[in-house]
Amino acid sequence: MFSFHKTPRLLASTCCGVILASVPILGAAEQTGYYGYGEPATDEQIAAWDIDVRPDGMGLPEGSGSVDEGMAVFETHCASCHGAFGEGMGRYPKLAGGDGSLTEDRPEKTVGSYWPYASTLWDYIHRAMPFFAPQSLTDDQVYAVTAYVLNLNYIVEADFVANKETLPQVEMPNHDGFIWEDPRPVVNNERCMENCKEEVTVSESAAGKNLTPSTTGPLDEGITE
Amino acid sequence: MLGKLRRLNQDASKIALEESERLPSEERRRFLRSGLFTAGGAMVGGALAGIAPKALASTQFPPEIPPWTRTLGPGVVTDPYGVPSPFEKDVIRRNVPWLTADKVSSISFTPLQHLKGIITPNGLFFERHHAGRPEIDPQQHRLMIHGLVDRPIILSMEDLQRFPSVSQINFIECPANGGMEWRGAQLNSLQFLHGMVSCAEWTGVRLSTLLQEVGIKPEGKWLLAEGADGAAMTRSIPLEKALDDVIVAYAQNGEALRREQGYPIRLVVPGWEGNTHVKWLRRLEVGDKPWMQREETSKYTDLMPDGTAHGFTWVMEAKSVITSPCPEMPLKSKGVCQIEGLAWSGRGKVKAVDVSVDGGQNWQQAQLREPVMSKSLTRFSLEWKWDGNPALLQSRVIDETGYVQPTLAQLKQARGTNSIYHKNAIQTWKVNGDGSVVNVQLS
Ligand code: HEC
Repeated sequence: MFSFHKTPRLLASTCCGVILASVPILGAAEQTGYYGYGEPATDEQIAAWDIDVRPDGMGLPEGSGSVDEGMAVFETHCASCHGAFGEGMGRYPKLAGGDGSLTEDRPEKTVGSYWPYASTLWDYIHRAMPFFAPQSLTDDQVYAVTAYVLNLNYIVEADFVANKETLPQVEMPNHDGFIWEDPRPVVNNERCMENCKEEVTVSESAAGKNLTPSTTGPLDEGITE
Repeated sequence: MLGKLRRLNQDASKIALEESERLPSEERRRFLRSGLFTAGGAMVGGALAGIAPKALASTQFPPEIPPWTRTLGPGVVTDPYGVPSPFEKDVIRRNVPWLTADKVSSISFTPLQHLKGIITPNGLFFERHHAGRPEIDPQQHRLMIHGLVDRPIILSMEDLQRFPSVSQINFIECPANGGMEWRGAQLNSLQFLHGMVSCAEWTGVRLSTLLQEVGIKPEGKWLLAEGADGAAMTRSIPLEKALDDVIVAYAQNGEALRREQGYPIRLVVPGWEGNTHVKWLRRLEVGDKPWMQREETSKYTDLMPDGTAHGFTWVMEAKSVITSPCPEMPLKSKGVCQIEGLAWSGRGKVKAVDVSVDGGQNWQQAQLREPVMSKSLTRFSLEWKWDGNPALLQSRVIDETGYVQPTLAQLKQARGTNSIYHKNAIQTWKVNGDGSVVNVQLS
């Protein structure tokens, strides 16, 4: 478990005593804070900017979209980079496949093989995709293309319709694959100072690999692969 | 009168031409451009083409009196915002074109090999963008704080600067720094291997001040930070950390944040992975659970050999690297040299750094240079007499928690080769007999 340097406190732990002493303890009823700067945020303003979606579905809007509708959205707005089947064009990310590859030498982390929550897919597509026109899709289009990407990964059936009730219920294959607590430090090196090892073997060298762009002169666009 | 003036000008041009022969090409152009010799400018420019090689070979050392001693330079505000000398043109951020699909979601690396002390100049701070660098008008930018709070507010950038401010020196490191090297040595460069760490003095408002202002409801346990860029980058941060030492920063090394660093405001989350330091910050939401965003599930989670992944691995563990010599800065000659490097820890202060010249068989404690600050870069040095034989140079940091920087073999043993992030292993530089330096790995 991660250990914090200071115990959490609601009042600024680093605030100087003088100010702390003069800060009145505010109850929930207070209309403004101690400094009173800025404007109160209205419900309308909050609703327009608050776009995050949680695994329990909090934040998902009204609307819906089917796998079929999603296929059309995907072909128009996504396939040019992610490939018609989510296989990924060039260096653009793969969105499907890689099942069971996480223990392999070259794991393929995709929505199907790696992502723990379906809500994240809705949230991310909605906030950041398509790459060159973020936040340009309607909520229905996002539901539809989310359904389609899930279907590409065999996570939902072809008749699946995504909405704020169905999406949080989708179980992702790798849902249990994560440990949400930092186990580190996991390596305990010793501070040995003398005769720390018998022999030293160089096993790898970057010499002659020709992967390093130049570090002098103008930017080096030469080495592309 | 006029004739005399012209003659003078022509004489001046002749001197200019002579002197310029002794200057490297860049300075020569600047010298000729300086405006003193405009009359003969065209002629001089034409005559220069053929003499470049000779110009490069000459010096201005004693007993020569250099031309800059015998002329006047450009006046004040020639550069109203100062820029580095043209002789420093190699000292720039650089990228690895084959690493990413597009420059708008990519990385550039700080030229650590050229930097002195611990502060990264603002123009050289490494960049990591997910949707390019937005151009934000601070007058039009707002920070909204809402969620499980008593008084949701919207702050202008002017409002923000009215709160009490703090300044603190902190490094920021991308957890993918060095991530290309898990499977073997690929890149032969300090800049590309370790340049995703930089350090600055950040000034802004403590997040605890802002959260106190809005009043956190008792159920509030987590904070979501969101950027205003085209990726609307988000990360969940536990309130314990948010209330500890996090700041909403508007200044970097004394001036407004650079656009690449989140202008007009960014989060600084001392010691934690770079991705949590959300740039172009537009929204902070208090909640009772983490949001499980793409940047904390699909990315910035560490895949282990057994197929499970570790999430919320926020802290940047202690790391160090020798910055001189390095592949870009080979040893010049046998004899006394100063080994120098940088060390840092996301858990606090650097306690000690050891240096080995024999691949980790024997170690000597290096000297730490003041100031030594928590969650900041710390510079170390050790004097070494190089006998001209090949050597294997390493540095090893110990932080104030007693954590000792691991070897790559130890780290791979524990984490396999597919975790991408958090590769804080000891770096080995091989010094060859000719003084050149190569990135190597030991088994
Ligand atoms: C112009 C190319 C392009 C288009 C078109 C595009 N994407 Fe992307 N997509 C990207 C890039 C690049 C990334 C990685 C961005 C990053 O990491 O910062 C990405 C990332 C993603 C991811 C996250 C992948 C992962 O494993 O983390 C998903 C999901 C995604 N895109 C879905 C979509 C959908 C759905 C559409 C269509 C609505 C779409 N994309 C359109 C380029 C594109």
